[in-house]
Amino acid sequence: MADAIVVDHLVKRYGPLAAVAGVSFHVPAGSVFSFLGPNGAGKTTTTEILEGLRRATDGHVSVLGLDPWTEAAELHRRIGVIPQDFRFFEKITPREAVEYYGSLFGTQPRPDELLERVQLADKAASRFDTLSGGQKQKLGLALALTNRPEICFLDEPTTGLDPTARRAIWDVIRSLKSDGVTVFLTTHYLEEAELLADQVAIIHHGRIIASGTPSEIISAHGRPERLRFQAPPALADYLRPRLGLPVTVADGRVEVELSQKSDALRVLSAVEASGLPWQTFSTVQDTLEDVFVRLVGQMDDGTLKSEEAAA
Amino acid sequence: MRPGRIVADLKVVTRSYLRNPVALFFSLLFPIILIALFGLIFSGVGNSPVTVQVLNLDDNSHVSQEFLSALNNTSAVKVVVVSTNASDFASWLGQNDDPVGLVVPDGFAANYSARETTVVTVYTDPEDAQDSGVVLGAVQGVANAFNLRAANGTEIVGLDEKNVGSQVFSYIDYLIPGLIGFSILTSPMFSMVDVAASYRKDGIFRQLSLTPLTRAEWLTSHFLWYMGLTFVTAGIMIGAGVVLFGAHVNVTVGLIPFLIVGPLFFVSLGMLAGSVAKTPESAALIGNIITFPMMFLSGTFFQVSAFPAALQSFAHILPLYYVIDGMNQVMLFSNTSRAFYDVLIVLVGAIVIFLLAIRFFTWRDE
Ligand SMILES: Nc1ncnc2c1ncn2[C@@H]1O[C@H](COP(=O)(O)OP(=O)(O)OP(=O)(O)O)[C@@H](O)[C@H]1O
Ligand SMILES: [Mg+2]
Repeated sequence: MADAIVVDHLVKRYGPLAAVAGVSFHVPAGSVFSFLGPNGAGKTTTTEILEGLRRATDGHVSVLGLDPWTEAAELHRRIGVIPQDFRFFEKITPREAVEYYGSLFGTQPRPDELLERVQLADKAASRFDTLSGGQKQKLGLALALTNRPEICFLDEPTTGLDPTARRAIWDVIRSLKSDGVTVFLTTHYLEEAELLADQVAIIHHGRIIASGTPSEIISAHGRPERLRFQAPPALADYLRPRLGLPVTVADGRVEVELSQKSDALRVLSAVEASGLPWQTFSTVQDTLEDVFVRLVGQMDDGTLKSEEAAA
Repeated sequence: MRPGRIVADLKVVTRSYLRNPVALFFSLLFPIILIALFGLIFSGVGNSPVTVQVLNLDDNSHVSQEFLSALNNTSAVKVVVVSTNASDFASWLGQNDDPVGLVVPDGFAANYSARETTVVTVYTDPEDAQDSGVVLGAVQGVANAFNLRAANGTEIVGLDEKNVGSQVFSYIDYLIPGLIGFSILTSPMFSMVDVAASYRKDGIFRQLSLTPLTRAEWLTSHFLWYMGLTFVTAGIMIGAGVVLFGAHVNVTVGLIPFLIVGPLFFVSLGMLAGSVAKTPESAALIGNIITFPMMFLSGTFFQVSAFPAALQSFAHILPLYYVIDGMNQVMLFSNTSRAFYDVLIVLVGAIVIFLLAIRFFTWRDE
């Protein structure tokens, strides 16, 4: 698959601050790429450079084979964008906005269908300044789709949306993917990335600290699978010398890390043999969110280097 | 530039404007308020013509009667022909309630026909400078008209008086072009400066930069909107001036170029001012610095010809001066060649400012 986006040692400085400090990644055409990172990590900066809205300080970026800054006009016909904090003309309704974009792009979108797709049909005739935050975001998404883009850049499209609306946006993203559209998705909801993204990159302080598929990242940076018991701390003391596996106590629960699947049976037998009371047990696996929090924490402690620095 | 995109954007501009009832109300009412306010303040009580006592020593010749009836028709003055002794005229006037007078000399008609200088005398009342000024102006104006008619502009009928404030037209007549100019200046300047700064702050420009709409198209649609608004405003002002104060202005096609190039100039200038500023506050400040001198010194409320010389030269570097002067030429003096010269100056300026505005206004961050 050809790459829709190629980013090579991208740097963006705001005065002394390097908001993006040498970032490289590429996004295969037709895939969903999720860009994660804490506040101020450099996500929007990177995204806007890819959209041709900001100029890179250094490095090389190519989007659909174009230089986003110098070939912006051509690029903008072929991409759709929801900026973070999307705003529009206050007195204009969603239907009019879609028609307006249709005229500007020379496409003939069907406003009602498009607004239906983003679950905004009931507000088609309400002025922008009367829409709720989530409804505004939905209009942003609808506008990003009016020109049938080849790449959609979505900077936190689901922030502030209710769970139903968020799922509706997920459906839109899935249908874009099945139509062959490349999706560049920035989000703070890690389950969203885990669910939708083919590839994920985590950026922190302007550097990428992990990248790959969600499961690759989890297996590379997550802790092993654990067995978790609702049991008194005494169980931990009983298990530790007998199993040779890390045992932890947290929030009234005892967790045993498994180094391999067969450990599970050993652990269960030992627990049974202890004679101590326990209620439920479950297996626990790190989510992308757990990994994210750990990685960001380690990076702040200085115990983790970014991928580029490590390479 | 694609007309389709300009029209689409114009629709958005129009809707945004029309859906803002307060703004709409004021932009339609403001012209009427301005005309009413300045009309009342400056045209004196009731706007009635000033009575002038006329002593016609030319035996009521045809030319002298024509002269007096032309004077009467200015509607600035009301001619009352009196018969009294010429040598006592000044003291007779002094006892009169309306102590402004005019003497048409013996031989007026004969000299006029022979194209020799003949002098009419205006007696003014130092205690009523305003009435005196009106009469002086009116007489001067009619005299000019006669001169032009008789001898391609050679002065034959002269006017023997000092303190000439050339005012053949009443204040309201000047006020109409002046206030049309005022609104050509202020309504695009103030709102374009604001739009330029706030659209950038709110990310609307960033949003538009992601579409094929170009900056030239965007600016053009705004120009078209303000041009439309100017036509409506001018119509309201002329209507209000005529109905409320009986103004005498020519409404001809010659007015149209000014209602086009004026808004083009100031929409572009507002955009330019808003673009060079970094924040909405500094944009408003720059806008005010540009707007205020023009607002008062371009012949809006006060005629430039009544200014001290230094101020007059200053007025001549203000673009709005040429807009208002041109409209005066068209609406009052029917002087098309001067109007053409004025419109040319504004047009060239407008094109330059338009190009500069497009050059300087960026809708994405470097
Ligand atoms: N125009 C700007 N001028 C100066 N500094 C900026 C500018 N834009 C962003 N920054 C700084 O660059 C860094 C990265 O900002 P960016 O907006 O890219 O973060 P982000 O990852 O999108 O954060 P968030 O999750 O909060 O949206 C931040 O430290 C921010 O303060
Ligand atoms: Mg951001």
